[in-house]
Amino acid sequence: MLRVPSVADMTLVRLLLSVFGLSACLVAAAFGQSPPSDAVARSVALFREAGKVLQHPRCLNCHPVGDRPTQNDTMRPHISRVVRGADGHGPPGLPCSACHHAANYDAAHVPGHTDWHLAPASMAWAGKSLGAICVQIKDPARNGGRDMAALLRHVSEDSLVGWAWSPGAGRTSAPGTQAEFGAVMRAWAESGAHCPPE
Amino acid sequence: MATVTLRINGANRSLEVDGDTPLLWALRDHLKLTGTKFGCGEAYCGACTVFVDGNPVRSCSLPVSQVGNGAITTIEGISGPEAAAVQQAWIARDVPQCGYCQSGQIMSAIALLKAIRKPTDRGIDLAMGGNLCRCATYVRIRAAIHDAARALGG
Ligand code: FES
Ligand code: FES
Repeated sequence: MLRVPSVADMTLVRLLLSVFGLSACLVAAAFGQSPPSDAVARSVALFREAGKVLQHPRCLNCHPVGDRPTQNDTMRPHISRVVRGADGHGPPGLPCSACHHAANYDAAHVPGHTDWHLAPASMAWAGKSLGAICVQIKDPARNGGRDMAALLRHVSEDSLVGWAWSPGAGRTSAPGTQAEFGAVMRAWAESGAHCPPE
Repeated sequence: MATVTLRINGANRSLEVDGDTPLLWALRDHLKLTGTKFGCGEAYCGACTVFVDGNPVRSCSLPVSQVGNGAITTIEGISGPEAAAVQQAWIARDVPQCGYCQSGQIMSAIALLKAIRKPTDRGIDLAMGGNLCRCATYVRIRAAIHDAARALGG
């Protein structure tokens, strides 16, 4: 389950930071940098929590680097051989909708949604570090032109994003719920939207 | 079980089936439209390709409950310039080997030529990549699609 870090969690985080923080401060001071604050650490911790969803195979399979989606929890290349095409809906003659229909169809083991498609190449996440995904997801040039409010709406309300929590028989669901994911992302945004190191 | 009415090849056909029945079973077992083939049942091979509202669809991965008012066209009902050009090219090139995959191949070839008038080799490979052929007639299929495109003025 995804959780917004609680006060108790953050007390623990502070305790850990006080143990590890001193040496970090000394190192940072030696290099002339300001030490990370609790607020930054909390923000990064929130994004790491969100990362359990962002880096789940249900999400990464359709956020591939390259043109070909992947499949199942092992993230093998998609069978049949399909590519994103000009708009993420497949090439002319073989649209995603040829096989993926309006809803999951468990009898054929084929997932579905009315707008089944790949995320644009600019939103490729597979194989990237969580820090790199974080920088990318905040960048309107690479996130579909979304400001933070639009990004939060997208992750909280988009029904294709929501498919990750109702993926049909035989597929592991993304952790938590879409509402919890949205809450973690919102808390991250409100905490300054800091990113883990790339 | 429920009475489902499907629009197939220009006619309404009613049948008693469970809504979760794959369209492919409805076509083959209930309506005896056996030109559409079963290969894998899981949207891997393309043998079951039909059109719904003119778009290529794997009928094995579409339950009849999701067809709605969509107009279904099977290999028995294809018509129009692309279908004629593909048929001619398939005959001229003697494309089929055993023939099992060919109704799906032809449906996908028609869908491709409706989408692109003059497909390249790569365009053909990408569009036809979802149609498997155990007899490996791929080279003849590609040549026949080029022929059909030329006949259509592409
Ligand atoms: S039988 Fe439908 S794709 Fe194989
Ligand atoms: S012609 Fe035999 S499977 Fe294609």
